[in-house]
Amino acid sequence: MFKNEMKLEFPSKSVNESFARVVVAAFASQLDPTLEELSDVKTAVSEAVTNAIIHGYEDAEGIVTLRCKIEDNKLTIEVEDNGKGIENVELARQPLYTSRPELERSGMGFTVMETFMDSVEVYSELGKGTKVIMTKTFKSA
Amino acid sequence: MQLKFSVEDGCLIVEMHGELDHHSAEGARIKIDNKIEELGINKLIFDFAGVNFMDSSGIGVIIGRYKKLKDYDGKVAVVNLKPQIKKIFELSGLFKILSEFESTKEALLNL
Ligand SMILES: Nc1ncnc2c1ncn2[C@@H]1O[C@H](COP(=O)(O)OP(=O)(O)O)[C@@H](O)[C@H]1O
Ligand SMILES: [Mg+2]
Repeated sequence: MFKNEMKLEFPSKSVNESFARVVVAAFASQLDPTLEELSDVKTAVSEAVTNAIIHGYEDAEGIVTLRCKIEDNKLTIEVEDNGKGIENVELARQPLYTSRPELERSGMGFTVMETFMDSVEVYSELGKGTKVIMTKTFKSA
Repeated sequence: MQLKFSVEDGCLIVEMHGELDHHSAEGARIKIDNKIEELGINKLIFDFAGVNFMDSSGIGVIIGRYKKLKDYDGKVAVVNLKPQIKKIFELSGLFKILSEFESTKEALLNL
């Protein structure tokens, strides 16, 4: 089996949202993805990283950890924060649910991740943080 | 994200260039709202031709402007959506509150 992995840590500044998705796209490019697959992955990463920054750390500064793993043509992406955590993950994953409507959030972040990736798992503990694990198998590779 | 504003037939056209994410959303929101207030306009066309990336933060920007204009009996339209961005619009049910047109010209005729 072909295997590769990477890990990236960065402070929770919004300017790093585009940095994170470009890094994952560059890493995923070794799987020879279609433009559509690449853009699916970038969008999902953007959602998870944005959530870590605005909900996990609520604009205080913390470290976001991004891990990617390739096993044959399957990409696994982990986005982790040590922020406030999610009280009710099931509710948080509902389409249109947002805890911060005053920020003009749409509540569609998890729905976008679920639509664009093959699987999305959320592990969260109040006061400790949140880890989102997403996978996608590339058809083209 | 760069924004270019123009006015045609009493309608504000916002040409967006770059990536619309959480980082760029706030700046875009403020600039558009200022323009709407400055011109006292209630029709808005978002031109996405120059937008090569959007995530769900973009939805918040569009819905926010829609709500603002609705108070003045206004309307919002979008043109030139790339397939990926269109998927996000469909997912969030945005086409229930605004229409997509083939071109700015067509949007102007129908708004
Ligand atoms: N990393 C996180 N830490 C804490 N809360 C989170 C995190 N990610 C998501 N949430 C919670 O889940 C809700 C839904 O997230 P999402 O679907 O991305 O919508 P939005 O970001 O627009 O609020 C958020 O409003 C927030 O309450
Ligand atoms: Mg979100």
